[in-house]
Amino acid sequence: MTSPVATASDRSAPTSSGTSGSAPRLRTPRRRHSADRPRRSVLLTVLTSLVLLYSLVPLVWLAISATKTQEGLSRSAGLWFDGDFALWDNITETFTYDDGVFTRWLLNTLLYVGLGAGGATFLAVLGGYALAKFDFPGRRSVFAVVIGAVAVPGTALAVPTFLMFSKMGLTNTPWAVIVPSLISPFGLYLMWVFATEAIPTELMEAARIDGAGELRTFFRVALPLLAPGVVTVLLFTMVATWNNYFLPLVMLKDPDWYPLTLGLNSWNQQAATAGGEAVFNLVVTGSLITILPLIAAFLLLQKYWQSGLAAGSVKE
Amino acid sequence: MPTHLTKHSRRLLRGTVLVCALALGATACGDSDDGGSSQKAVSEADIQAALKEGGTITVWAWEPTLKQVATDFEKEHPGVKVDLVNAGTNKDQYTALQNAISAKKGVPDVAQIEYYAMGQYALTKQLTDLKSFGADKLSAQFSPGPWNGVKAGSDGVYALPMDSGPMALFYNKKVFDKYDIKVPTTWAEYLDAARDLHKADPKAYITADNGDAGFATSMLWQAGSRPYTVDGTKVKIDFSDQGAKTFTGTWQQLIDEKLLASVPAWTDEWYKGLGDGSIATLATGAWMPANLESGAKSASGDWRVAPMPQWKAGDKVSAENGGSALALPELGKNEALAYAFVEYANAGDGVQTRLKNGAFPATTADLQSTKFQDTAFPYFGGQKANKIFAESAADVPDDWSYLPYQVYANSVFNDTVGKAYVSGTTLAEGLESWQEASVKYGEEQGFTVEK
Repeated sequence: MTSPVATASDRSAPTSSGTSGSAPRLRTPRRRHSADRPRRSVLLTVLTSLVLLYSLVPLVWLAISATKTQEGLSRSAGLWFDGDFALWDNITETFTYDDGVFTRWLLNTLLYVGLGAGGATFLAVLGGYALAKFDFPGRRSVFAVVIGAVAVPGTALAVPTFLMFSKMGLTNTPWAVIVPSLISPFGLYLMWVFATEAIPTELMEAARIDGAGELRTFFRVALPLLAPGVVTVLLFTMVATWNNYFLPLVMLKDPDWYPLTLGLNSWNQQAATAGGEAVFNLVVTGSLITILPLIAAFLLLQKYWQSGLAAGSVKE
Repeated sequence: MPTHLTKHSRRLLRGTVLVCALALGATACGDSDDGGSSQKAVSEADIQAALKEGGTITVWAWEPTLKQVATDFEKEHPGVKVDLVNAGTNKDQYTALQNAISAKKGVPDVAQIEYYAMGQYALTKQLTDLKSFGADKLSAQFSPGPWNGVKAGSDGVYALPMDSGPMALFYNKKVFDKYDIKVPTTWAEYLDAARDLHKADPKAYITADNGDAGFATSMLWQAGSRPYTVDGTKVKIDFSDQGAKTFTGTWQQLIDEKLLASVPAWTDEWYKGLGDGSIATLATGAWMPANLESGAKSASGDWRVAPMPQWKAGDKVSAENGGSALALPELGKNEALAYAFVEYANAGDGVQTRLKNGAFPATTADLQSTKFQDTAFPYFGGQKANKIFAESAADVPDDWSYLPYQVYANSVFNDTVGKAYVSGTTLAEGLESWQEASVKYGEEQGFTVEK
């Protein structure tokens, strides 16, 4: 993540935006710029650094604030440490406060992400593959529906979904969060585009000629080729489910089924009630703990994810 | 924290509640004659039998001290299980409750409801009248403000008071001493103190207020204004009385001279201000010490409590701010068991447990007890603050009433009166448009509204 900035700053970049070819060369001649060694631009570097800083400052704030006590939070400046270093105390207290309900919320979130995001990815892969590689009547209308569905924000559907689930008696159960999470129009669309590019039809034909059934062709031939796309979709659905706030807010009333987002919010709200205990230090520490698994997932799956995004953009 | 999203989702949720409340209000408002009297009485023996038989009751409450009470109650009655659920705080819980009632599904056996919201449920008969359990005989046990609150303007008893919020002036003594400012005893002195303080330290403000419905109604209450008159489905809303003028007269000056910190209450920024002395006073309910202790720890020892400043020197008038009760929703099950729990928590042994954990009582015996009054608060430098609170509780006029749809009215407070804090509109004009909005909504709901 940091490499472009670091390398750009330790080498002197061309002084102006004028083309390097026409400028008189005072130093040793450089290699010409090519696709592999793009020209460096001060302006771009500065802009990128600003954006990077902008996106990192909240994280830095979060990491620093998680080391402070409730007292320290209000007494010290946001972007520097307070005298007391209370990170370990905060972590311990986060996991033990309120009879250790944080662990329960963490497990709930993992359940919702596991079943919801996992299921959504599975369905998206199946659907995307089918739409990309099989010709059947109604394909175009399915396409229209999927594109339309991408445009509808999940928040807008939450209340109607609540009313529907309420009729079915599913509200206040984990299913109310998992079932709507299974649908990912964007994931389906992505898988579809990816499958169109990544699986040569000839390869499927070859597999069929060799006597493989459709299932075997899918699992043994298509799926390995789809792996980068699957990881990309998995990351997207994971982040969406992990961060989901409004759907569980509408569906769940029992804190025992809260995901981390709702749980942390309820801790935050606690400070706003008569006689309630303000636990901002735990909210902050809990938030930090909450984003760590996502950061880890991104770092670990980065390789697949990057190749996944680029797939289909270049003619091979 | 996604505050923006929260706000957005609240608004969406509010929309759904209103629709539900509307549908319910229309059907339930009509039959206001029957109810209480037709319910069959539940005797003490019935309750004891239910306790012996056991069962599970669901309690929706966010009050932190109830946890210990529920545990004790379960220990005392081994067959009984209390399922204590925090279904959100304040408005969030009312939304959930209203939804459950509309769906006739998942309604809790006991629900925590604040006094200001009581009317909405009581008038539409969504709560069990506890007179059938003999709750009316408990009236002498509670202080007048809260008891008036659970009666919700009618002769039913719709809940038992859990806590109360007689008001007092919390002030940062360190800041007052530093600038040699006298603790105000009247609101006129308060205004002077605000000026002196802000002049001495431009970063310091006498208090933070950017428009809070609960605070404004409490201030009106203390100033002698009685804007709401409720008689069944007949409602009168009038913010033009002398009391309202008294309040707006002084408060307008604080706004005009920019003497109020524009920090929304209950945010971390607000707690920060209370901690570092940039917000120097707070006129609020007696439940505040617990919040100060956990939210503004760093200012421990700096704060003190004084009686509410008076509108007329020498007077002794106070008001309630906040406070809540435990009610039995009509659609809840296990009524006898639920009542047994409510009585235990709010009029029985549970009261002591809750007091020990920092709750503020609504029971006069506890308010008057020497043990309670002699409690020294380390946070307030060892001050025996409960004496001031108890005195305030006795000085609350008991003829105040809220609207039967105060939850809605408060939700539009910032769109009407709130403007006075950010634009050229005056507080008085703000109250006028609040009145208009409240009248309009009341009429839409089928109330007969008089202006």
